[in-house]
Amino acid sequence: MAKVAPPEELSRVDYTPPKKGWIDKPAELKEGRWCYGSKPKDHEVVGLPNPRAWSPGDEDWKLPDNWQEIFLDGLRERLDKFRTFRIFMDICVRCGACSDKCHFFIGSGDPKNMPVLRAELLRSIYRGEFTTAGKILGKVAGGRKLTYDVFKELFYYFFQCTECRRCSLFCPYGIDTAEITIIGRELLNLLGCNIDWIMGPVANCYRTGNHLGIQPHAYHSMLEFFCEEIEEITGILPEPSFNRKGAEILFITPSGDVFADPGTFTAMGYLMLFHYLEGMGLDITWSTYASEGGNFGFFTSHEMMKRLNSKMYAEAKRLGVKWILGGECGHMWRVCNQYMDTMNGPADFLEVPKSPLTGTVFENAQSHKMVHICEFTADLIKHGKLNLDPSRNDPYKVTFHDSCNTSRGMGFFEEPRYILNNICNDFHDMPINTIREQTFCCGSGSGLNTDEIMDLRMRGALPRANALQHVHDKHGVNLMSCICAIDRATLQALVDYWIPEVEVSGIHELLGNALILEGEKKRTMNLRGEEFPWVEEEEEEAAEEAALEVNLEAAEAEAEEVAAEAAEEAVEETAEETVEEAAEEEAEVEK
Amino acid sequence: MGIWVSFFAVIALVLIPLVGAQGAGQYLFGIVIPYVAVLIFIIGFIYRVVQWGKTPVPFKIPTTGGQMKSLPWIKSNPLDNPSSTGGVIGRMALEVFAFRSLFRNTRVELREGPKVSYGSNKWLWVAALAFHYAFLVVFIKHFRLFMEPVPGFVTLLDSVDGFMEIGLPRLMMSSIVLLLAAIYLLLRRLAVPQLRYISLAADYFPLFLIIALAGSGILMKYFLRVDLTSVKELVVGLFSFRPTIPEGIGAIFYIHLFLLSVLIAYFPFSKLMHAGGVFMSPTRNMPNDNRAKRHINPWNYPVKVHTYDEYEDDFREKMKEVGLPVEKE
Repeated sequence: MAKVAPPEELSRVDYTPPKKGWIDKPAELKEGRWCYGSKPKDHEVVGLPNPRAWSPGDEDWKLPDNWQEIFLDGLRERLDKFRTFRIFMDICVRCGACSDKCHFFIGSGDPKNMPVLRAELLRSIYRGEFTTAGKILGKVAGGRKLTYDVFKELFYYFFQCTECRRCSLFCPYGIDTAEITIIGRELLNLLGCNIDWIMGPVANCYRTGNHLGIQPHAYHSMLEFFCEEIEEITGILPEPSFNRKGAEILFITPSGDVFADPGTFTAMGYLMLFHYLEGMGLDITWSTYASEGGNFGFFTSHEMMKRLNSKMYAEAKRLGVKWILGGECGHMWRVCNQYMDTMNGPADFLEVPKSPLTGTVFENAQSHKMVHICEFTADLIKHGKLNLDPSRNDPYKVTFHDSCNTSRGMGFFEEPRYILNNICNDFHDMPINTIREQTFCCGSGSGLNTDEIMDLRMRGALPRANALQHVHDKHGVNLMSCICAIDRATLQALVDYWIPEVEVSGIHELLGNALILEGEKKRTMNLRGEEFPWVEEEEEEAAEEAALEVNLEAAEAEAEEVAAEAAEEAVEETAEETVEEAAEEEAEVEK
Repeated sequence: MGIWVSFFAVIALVLIPLVGAQGAGQYLFGIVIPYVAVLIFIIGFIYRVVQWGKTPVPFKIPTTGGQMKSLPWIKSNPLDNPSSTGGVIGRMALEVFAFRSLFRNTRVELREGPKVSYGSNKWLWVAALAFHYAFLVVFIKHFRLFMEPVPGFVTLLDSVDGFMEIGLPRLMMSSIVLLLAAIYLLLRRLAVPQLRYISLAADYFPLFLIIALAGSGILMKYFLRVDLTSVKELVVGLFSFRPTIPEGIGAIFYIHLFLLSVLIAYFPFSKLMHAGGVFMSPTRNMPNDNRAKRHINPWNYPVKVHTYDEYEDDFREKMKEVGLPVEKE
């Protein structure tokens, strides 16, 4: 892992561009900014070209002899297949509106991280190799030839883009750098140049059903383990079902939530919600085959995205469910919203999703037949179906990180906030230029959540971290919630580096905390197994009370003793007096 | 370097008609070149738009800038995240007429602390609007050169445009605004280091060209007066396909006409095509309704997948061990 400078040093960014023009000299690849190369065994699993051991740090990338031809043919083919791509190659006016919208540019100052220039890296090849003016005038017309160094530069910068689309929002023509990066990576993949962190999960997902390569029995045991945890916390043991035919709903969520903290707490939240609703008529199953909501194929090529995504509908069909419920995940939802139905539909074997609990028909999902769990839960809360105690989340002052994909690839802002406002008492949004459609990437999306580029990731995380710092300082925010599994993994690294006082969670973790299960025992800890602060206070109070009672008794006893003694003394005195008096009387009488 | 190439190219473009538009050369600069330029423009523009139009739209991937339409009680944002054709028309109208996306523009600043701040930055939006609308007004006002009688809206535009009533002939706001906005857009490219870094010859060239075009027009109208009757005779001749070259039109007119010819001939092969492209950009002109309405990819093809049966074959024993149901025992 590359060494990361401390925050004070990292946040001194030099934005001065180099003197020499970008077109003249391709960038040198700096260690710590490129990810490890893809492994041959993973290529072989999915049949991707050019399996070989290589590293982006090598001089020789072991490309086939006709690599230029393959690349340029691929480029031509995609210009003919994607109107987006062709228009984006043709109409940019380089107005610069996008230039300071990229988190990697803000954090690194590298001018080639300006979205316009990232796209120009490829556009210059399009102009130099395909347009008449570019062929004749060369760099005067902004054209350049595809050389080995230019190819390496493309790899370098297309794997420094998280496909977050923030630049696209500000572009007057809607030019979408994510689309250009997606196609750029496709071209790199034609020559077998992908990164290990993407190809590993792709190969895993293809074979085992999920990115982490969790085999079915292990997947099953992990969820069982969460159920036992839940039992310890609530006294209730959920009993989820797997691969069950005839269930009404199939639930699919990213496997990250089954594997690593803090995502696991969100998975526990799902299990609790489903258990709560099962008594009310929910009929839902998990699947070990479609055990991945995420899709690292999306970061490889359109074809690979389709190959991995196919399992969702295939499994829904095999199990005979009516519709699909999808967990909290960012790019999964971009794929499910904007690609799935087109690629692997029509889902005519499913029914229009209808909540069995509220009767709500999700007409916005009538074609692709999949509902986001936040829509589902928001609808439940709206209809008063959930018995909630938001005060259990009182230790948290909460903010919400809008994930890039659900924000600019979907427009999903109100549902999570509605839920949050019902399950916790102290919610604060970050500044307006950093949330909702203008949200900033965690700095590690699109398969870049790997350790060897931690320096770059922490730079890319600067805008998000800074917005978080703002609400942390102003409102004491100590928890950043999100609806993305990659976020849950990467924001943790972000806060550890920038603001260690803050924790990261999914929304359904907080829901799990607030949800009052029927017959549950008195909760003393949250889903993380952390005791509520008031438990100790309550115990102390109880102890004090108890102590006080003991004292009182003691005091009373003492008082009684004192009284008794006094009485005794008094009696004695009286007796003495009486005796004395009697004696005196006697004496007087005697006299 | 790009800036100098463009600058001298435009200087050359001014000198060429100055030298060439004399005697028989006037036929070349007054008739042949304008016809050729218009022909190139029309064919080129159509070619580009047809090429774009022919290219399929495999996926519906609008960039969503507001709340989507979901549950009925959640307020959606139909203009920034349209779910219907009406919404898309609204979004496109805002984009084309008001430069909606550019209006969002902010400028980021990283201060000590670190503290990242996002300042409002509307100057590009203001200048872009001023530039495009001024250009449109100037363009429409040229209609009086070939339309007889002059349409009412042109006369009206003229009176509005000259409302300041300065000078004689009256100073027209549009030409000044056009010139100033173009100069601003040029200076901006030079002043901001990042912009200078990304700017190509292809960015400076149209700006110099338009500055020269507007400059020559202003010179002609206010300083080096030309005989307007002759100009109109020439222009009407061009439009009625009975071209003539009247005597005694000044060289400045031929410079103006030549620069215009170059601009429109250059148009289809340059970034100026954003004028057509903005209407066809799939991230803006499509509704975000994928979940409700299936979008068809015309070249969707079957792919190799790992089926459930293959998966079960890989893991059957392990699945059975923990009691997971299997298809084949």
